[in-house]
Amino acid sequence: VNTSLIILEIAVVVLALAVLLLDLWTVPERKRLLGYGAAAALVLVFVFSFFIGGVDSPQYAFKGSYVLDPLALFFKRFFLLAAVVVLLMAVEFADRIEAGITEFYSLILFALSGMMFAASANNFSMLFVSVELITVTFYVLTSFQRRHLPSLEAGLKYLVLGALSTGFTVYGIALVYGVTGTMNFGALSEISGDLAGKPLLLVGLLLVFIGLGFKIAAFPFQIWAPDVYQGSPAPVTAFLAVGSKAAGFVLLLRLLFDAVPQITAQWTNLLVFVSAATILYGNLCAIPQRNVKRLLGYSSISHAGYLLLGVAAMAASATNPASGASAIMYYLAGYLFTVLAAFAVLIVALRHVEGEDISTLAGLNQRSPLLAAAMALAMISLAGIPPLAGFFGKFLLFKAALEQGSRFPALYWLVGIAVVGVVISIWYYFGIIRAMYWSTPAASTAIPIPILLRIALYVSIAGMLLLGVMPEPVIKVTQRAAAVFNQQVTTGQAAVRDGL
Amino acid sequence: MLTAITTLPLLGAIALAVVPRNYRFLARMLTLGVTFITLALAVILFLRFDTGSPDIQFVQKIAWVPSIGINYFVGVDGINVGLVLLAAIVSFAAACVSWEIRTNERDFYLLLLLMSGGILGAFASLDIFFLFFFHELALVPTFIMIGLWGRGENRNYATFQITLYLSAGALLALVGLIALYLQMPGEQRTFDIVTVTEFFRSNPMSQDAQRWIFPLLMFGFGILVSLWPFHTWAPLGYASAPTATAMLHAGVLKKFGLYGLIRIALPLMPQGAKEWLGVLAVLCLGNILHSGWVAMRQRDLNLLLGNSSVAHMGFPFLGIASLSILGVSGAIVLMVAHGLLAALSFGLAGYLHNHARTLEMSEFSGLLKRLPFIGTALIMAAFAGCGLPGFANFPGEIMVLFGSWKQLQPYAVAAAWGALIISAIYMLRAVRSMVHGPLLEKCSVIPDANTWRKVPFILLIAALLILGIWPRLLTDKIRPSAEVLLSHLPRQQPTPAAELAEMKP
Repeated sequence: VNTSLIILEIAVVVLALAVLLLDLWTVPERKRLLGYGAAAALVLVFVFSFFIGGVDSPQYAFKGSYVLDPLALFFKRFFLLAAVVVLLMAVEFADRIEAGITEFYSLILFALSGMMFAASANNFSMLFVSVELITVTFYVLTSFQRRHLPSLEAGLKYLVLGALSTGFTVYGIALVYGVTGTMNFGALSEISGDLAGKPLLLVGLLLVFIGLGFKIAAFPFQIWAPDVYQGSPAPVTAFLAVGSKAAGFVLLLRLLFDAVPQITAQWTNLLVFVSAATILYGNLCAIPQRNVKRLLGYSSISHAGYLLLGVAAMAASATNPASGASAIMYYLAGYLFTVLAAFAVLIVALRHVEGEDISTLAGLNQRSPLLAAAMALAMISLAGIPPLAGFFGKFLLFKAALEQGSRFPALYWLVGIAVVGVVISIWYYFGIIRAMYWSTPAASTAIPIPILLRIALYVSIAGMLLLGVMPEPVIKVTQRAAAVFNQQVTTGQAAVRDGL
Repeated sequence: MLTAITTLPLLGAIALAVVPRNYRFLARMLTLGVTFITLALAVILFLRFDTGSPDIQFVQKIAWVPSIGINYFVGVDGINVGLVLLAAIVSFAAACVSWEIRTNERDFYLLLLLMSGGILGAFASLDIFFLFFFHELALVPTFIMIGLWGRGENRNYATFQITLYLSAGALLALVGLIALYLQMPGEQRTFDIVTVTEFFRSNPMSQDAQRWIFPLLMFGFGILVSLWPFHTWAPLGYASAPTATAMLHAGVLKKFGLYGLIRIALPLMPQGAKEWLGVLAVLCLGNILHSGWVAMRQRDLNLLLGNSSVAHMGFPFLGIASLSILGVSGAIVLMVAHGLLAALSFGLAGYLHNHARTLEMSEFSGLLKRLPFIGTALIMAAFAGCGLPGFANFPGEIMVLFGSWKQLQPYAVAAAWGALIISAIYMLRAVRSMVHGPLLEKCSVIPDANTWRKVPFILLIAALLILGIWPRLLTDKIRPSAEVLLSHLPRQQPTPAAELAEMKP
């Protein structure tokens, strides 16, 4: 076993345990500062991830159940970056959590390690373990404000529906294993083409798909998302929106295009339908929302729909799924900066306010131009308007889908629906912008922003702008990561050799 | 040089971002300075443009996203050189009239410069991606400016309406543009318009693809230009917008849709154009007749101008639908002429609104006695709006009418009727009730424009007159490029026999 491959995960887990230990020697007033330490350490891990060499060809550990390739590395960096900002938010949020702030930090780190394992999952057991590591930590995280009723409600809903999705996943995995006799994605890709007619295999895969559908909040498994997003502590919501969703997508990509590409190709219609329904549901339901977090919850559903559009485009292109995959990753990268900026603003701006109604943001521009500008840019980026990251991401996704349209005309309709969704979304995103700039403020005091969070905001704004204006470097990275899917035949064989 | 023109306003916007918020005078001077230098550069560019050559001049090309074929590629030929000049003129004029803004001036000027940079970029770009990108860059400030500094109780509704309509139009066009790009084989894909045009000239796009991509562009760009019946955002939007925004959008940014049709849709999809332009010809009559009729009923000067600007858009559409060199050239002349006219009339309306706080036409009377300059400018704007000879609109409309005569005779007749009769009715009626007649008590407090405030209006009127008296300044530049652009369009040379055959049922 090549343990050096999981060095990043080891670092994160050790850090999580260290935070728990350090808690014992830290005086209570200083405990919230542990978050800064953890964030700084994660920055180090992030920097270190660029010095891991030799991943151009995929490398396997644990009998092929763990893979380190450019795709995995891309997502690991993505999660690390997200966790750094989420930790900074958590520090800012600390006084709204009654007790156990250190546990809060370390749970975030454990969830992070789960996401990082998910990025490398190459067999069903790894998939399951990483999903559970993420989900179980989030059960606790979502209900962390224990005297705050909506938070408890969110935790309970997430627990019940999470358990349900776990049930689907396990049952599905059992069926797949029963039919094929293997858990390994590489081995599965060798034989799944021949077994594509077996109904039990299809049912099993469908159940796993449903389980992952819960994680990414795709229609019709999105029911939990608005309530949980609304009730959870804001840093947790942010991590759920960015990290958990991206983890779901990387697992989905691995499963659909590494393990069973031939079957996925037949599922294009299903993916098109799910994507269209998710886009419409998310956008239409977001219109009447008044609670900002709930609105962002629905908006995150719609963004899962746009990402699924990319997955559908990948499924339609049996020979060259890389174009869609690179678009998905680009979109996620833009989404990372955008959503984190939005939630960072919410955490600071709603600090002294009861409730999270859009009207509480009224006149934010007068109270803090930076917060208002960051939020406005985030909304414009989510709406997909140039020159921000969201636009270029959507541009790539639409391009990937239209590229396959001539072979798969349903994709044209899907793009049409996505366009309708975008126009609808402009309506509610601009509602937030209108509240911040147009309305008279409820209070006129200036809002102080802690220096580190201010830096995080500047970084997010820079990220949104750079991804929108200078796309080339990141496109290069995503294309290299996406190339994994074009090599999957050869890597699959390698995995079989290594694993069996 | 072209890059200097497009980036100067954007750099100005960035510079304004670091100017402290309360340095109002500095913000205004910076904006005026930047737009003035841009204007000077654009005039130099226009004069140094090699008339008679169909080549693209002042080219600059930098690879931007080579992995998917996006280049920063700017250049002008006869088609957009006039539009770049127009954009620069109107930007400067818009900066001049913005003395009316009294709150958050710095932010307003920042957005104004951003918008003007976006517009210049959109017209100078020869890369499909950047064309779209710059256009959207100019659109977002438009929405924000209307929402924040707009006037009237309907401004929130107007902001949402204009945002939704224009975003929908832009997205439709974007889908069309991406589909166009994907029609090229994998390795050769690029967004570079020149290469794309050459490619499709030698390997025409398949009939099917043209059939469905062309309408995407036609309606997408059409919504941006307020093509009837997708025009409802325009009158209220312009009535609610701050003066400078209305001038820039109605005058220049709106023309982007027409420009896109001429630059991209026509030359790349001649077959699709042939199939769909019949629809366009009918819809453009909706603009000319229906919106003209609606304009006749308006009691508010701004709504009248908004509707009339929608009505005027019918002519360029007709010119495009005629597919003749004369018609398309006329459309381009009209784009420039109407840009100047729209900027002039919205500027004047803004001036009146600032002093009178209303634009109900019944509230004004006898302005000429009190305000000789503004009154005269209003009369001239009205004359230009009716298409009177001497103003730039006249040659444009005549060219469109002559160009469309052969193929679209009934439409041309209706259009001429609409333009001459209807617009004369509403324009002259407005002039009669506002400028002539007894001086109303309320109106006697409105001061005439002082020397500084005259500058933008004089500039716009001068440009209208110069191009009206000497249209060759534009047409000589347009003709060679238009010929190249349309050279491979399947134009039926109407022979008498063919015409007879067509007339038989």
